[in-house]
Amino acid sequence: MSPHSDSAQTNAPQITRVDGTAIAVRGNDIDTDRIIPARFLKVVTFDGIGQFAFQDVRIDENGRVTDHPFNNPVYRKASILLANRNFGCGSSREHAPQALMRWGVNAIIGESFAEIFAGNCNALGVPAVTVAQSEIAELMSLVESRPDAKISIDLLAGTVITPNSQYRFQMPAAYLQSLVGGTWDSTALLLQNTEEIRKTAANLPYVARFA
Amino acid sequence: MNLLDNVWERHKVATLPNGQDQLFIGLHLIHEVTSPQAFQMLEERGLPVLYPDRTMATVDHIVPTADQNRPFADPLAEEMIQALERNTTAYGIRYFGLDSSHQGIVHIVGPELGLTQPGMTIACGDSHTSTHGAFGSIAFGIGTSQVRDVLASQCLAMSKPKVRRIQVDGELPTGVSAKDIILCIIADLGVNGGLGFAYEYAGSTIEALSMEGRMTICNMSIEGAARVGYVNPDQTTFDYIRGRKFAPGDEAFQRAIDYWKSIASPTGADYDDLYTIDASTLEPMVTWGINPGQAIGITKLTPLIADLPEEHREVAQAAYRHMSFAESEPIEGKRIDVAFIGSCTNGRITDLREAAAAVKGRAVAAHVRALVVPGSKQVARQAQEEGLDEIFRAAGFQWRAAGCSMCLAMNPDKLNGNELCASSSNRNFIGRQGSPTGRTLLMSPAMVAAAAVAGRVVDIR
Repeated sequence: MSPHSDSAQTNAPQITRVDGTAIAVRGNDIDTDRIIPARFLKVVTFDGIGQFAFQDVRIDENGRVTDHPFNNPVYRKASILLANRNFGCGSSREHAPQALMRWGVNAIIGESFAEIFAGNCNALGVPAVTVAQSEIAELMSLVESRPDAKISIDLLAGTVITPNSQYRFQMPAAYLQSLVGGTWDSTALLLQNTEEIRKTAANLPYVARFA
Repeated sequence: MNLLDNVWERHKVATLPNGQDQLFIGLHLIHEVTSPQAFQMLEERGLPVLYPDRTMATVDHIVPTADQNRPFADPLAEEMIQALERNTTAYGIRYFGLDSSHQGIVHIVGPELGLTQPGMTIACGDSHTSTHGAFGSIAFGIGTSQVRDVLASQCLAMSKPKVRRIQVDGELPTGVSAKDIILCIIADLGVNGGLGFAYEYAGSTIEALSMEGRMTICNMSIEGAARVGYVNPDQTTFDYIRGRKFAPGDEAFQRAIDYWKSIASPTGADYDDLYTIDASTLEPMVTWGINPGQAIGITKLTPLIADLPEEHREVAQAAYRHMSFAESEPIEGKRIDVAFIGSCTNGRITDLREAAAAVKGRAVAAHVRALVVPGSKQVARQAQEEGLDEIFRAAGFQWRAAGCSMCLAMNPDKLNGNELCASSSNRNFIGRQGSPTGRTLLMSPAMVAAAAVAGRVVDIR
C-alpha cells in the first residue's frame, strides 16, 4: 500500500526523495477542469478517480484515443509528472491532484503552479517543485526521447537528478519543511494548539456577535 | 498595516514548525462537491467538528434547475446531496437545503444572509470564495484536505500572501460594468499574474460600485491567480449588511461598524505592488479564447499571435483551434447558440436587473437557447417580485431554479457539441460548460442578454 492511500493516519511519512521515470504533459495554463472534468466530481469518495485524469484530452469527440502522453503505454509506470507554467489553475478541486496521484504520480516538476493546486498537492504529500523554463524544456525533451530515463527528486539536497544532469529546484520553504519533516498532513498539528485556538476565537469580536 | 495585515494578525493562532501561520477561520462554507471526502476523513480519524456553528452548508453545484423532485434523475447527484444531508445532520451543521428558502450558490447565500462580514477569515472548498472579500474579509478557496482541517480545528496552515493594490479610478462609461473591470485586469496582468498576491481593489470606481459589483470583481480574482481579493469596507458595505438574517443586531451594529472600520487599510498603508487602471477608458469586454485572460474590448480585433509575448503564443494557438476563430477578426458579430445568465460571478439581483433591461420588450433570436439561473432562491424571489422573471420569459428565456448550473455543468444544464455560449460566468476553459468541444464567451450579464436577442455578440452601448 502506498503511504498516500491511508487517509486515516495522523502522522504522515517523511518524504525526502522521489525516484522514478517521468511523463511530460506540455502546455501553459493547464487548468484543473482539464485535469479532471467536472462530471467526474460527482462522487463522494476519491477512490477510482485516477482513471479519469485528463479524460477529455485522452479521448477525442469521436471517441478515439488521442496521442496524449497519458495514453502512451511507455509512460504508464511513470511517477513524476513534468508540466509547464501555471499548472493546475482554476478550480480548487482536490480531485485534480487526487486523480494524478491515484493514476501514479508521486511528484510534479513544473515551471510554476497555481497556488491552491500546489497547496492541495502538498496536503497529499505530493511534492510540486519548480525549475527554470529552460530546465523543464530539457527535462521534457529527455523523457520524450528516453521514456525509461531515471529521474530523482532529492528534497534534502534540493535537486532534480537525471542520468546526465542535475538541477536546483525551488519550492515554498514551508512546504519543503513539512514534506521532509513528515508534517504535511496538518490536522493533528493544528489540533495541538486547541487552547490557543480558543483564545484567538475569544478575542474576535464577531465570534461573540459584538456583545 | 493594510487590511490583510490587520485581519491576519487578529486570526493568527500560532506559528507552525514549518514556518506557516495557523490561521483561525471565522466562517467556513461547505457544499456537496468538496465536503463528503473531508467528512469521511474525520470519521476515519474519529474526530469531531470543533466549531459546528462556524460552518454553514448549502447545495448548489449539482442541483437540477428544471426538475428538483427527489430523488434526482441523476443517481450520482442524489448520492451527493444525501451525503451532505447526512453529514450536516450528524455533525450539527446548519444546512440550507432545497427545502430552505435560503438555498443557492454558496457565494451568494453567505452575503445575502449577512453571514459574510468585514474583518473575518472565510474559507470554502471552492476557488470563488474570494467573492466574500468584497466585504473586507480575507476569503479564499481551499482543497478537500483543508476542508477536513477546518472542520477538525477551525484553522488552516497558511502562508501570508503579498498584497497588490489595484487602483481603479474614473467614471465607468455607460454599458460598462464590474465584470468588464475584472476581465480587463486579468487580461492586463495575466492569468498567472497574481500568483502569491492578494488583490486589494480600491479607488473611486470601486468605491462607487454596489456590493454586487464588488463581489463580481473579487469573485474573479482567482482567475488572475490571486487567491484572495478584497475591498475595504465602507458605508456601502455597512448598509448592505444591516438587517440581514445573521447580521449583528441593531444594538450591536455600531460596535460591529467600529470593528469593521478598525481593520480597513488606512490612507498611506503599505503594499507590495501597485497597479492602476483608468475606468473611463474601458469598454465591454468579451473573451475570445480558452482562459479568462484572453479577453478584448468589444470593438477590438482578436490578437495576432506574432504580437503576443512568446509565453502566450502556444495557448493562443490552442485557443484559436478550439474556438474555430481566426487571428485579427472582430469578436462582435459572432453567432451564438446559447446564452447563460447566472453563476456566483453574475447571478445576483443587480445582474438580473441589468440583463432584464437589455431584453425588455424584445425576443431571443430563434436559433438561441437562453437560460436565466438566479444565484439563490432569495435572488429568484426578489426578481419575481420585481417582475423580472416575466420579462425574461416573455422574451423567450427559460427561467430556472437556483444553482451553479451551466457555469460548470455538473447538473443537466450543458452545452451540446461545439455550441458557442455567451455566458455571464467566470471560466471559458475547454469543456467547462459540459461539452468537451463546447465554446464559451465570457461577458457581462447585460452583454449576454443583448447577444441572446441579437443572436450574435453585440455592443450594448
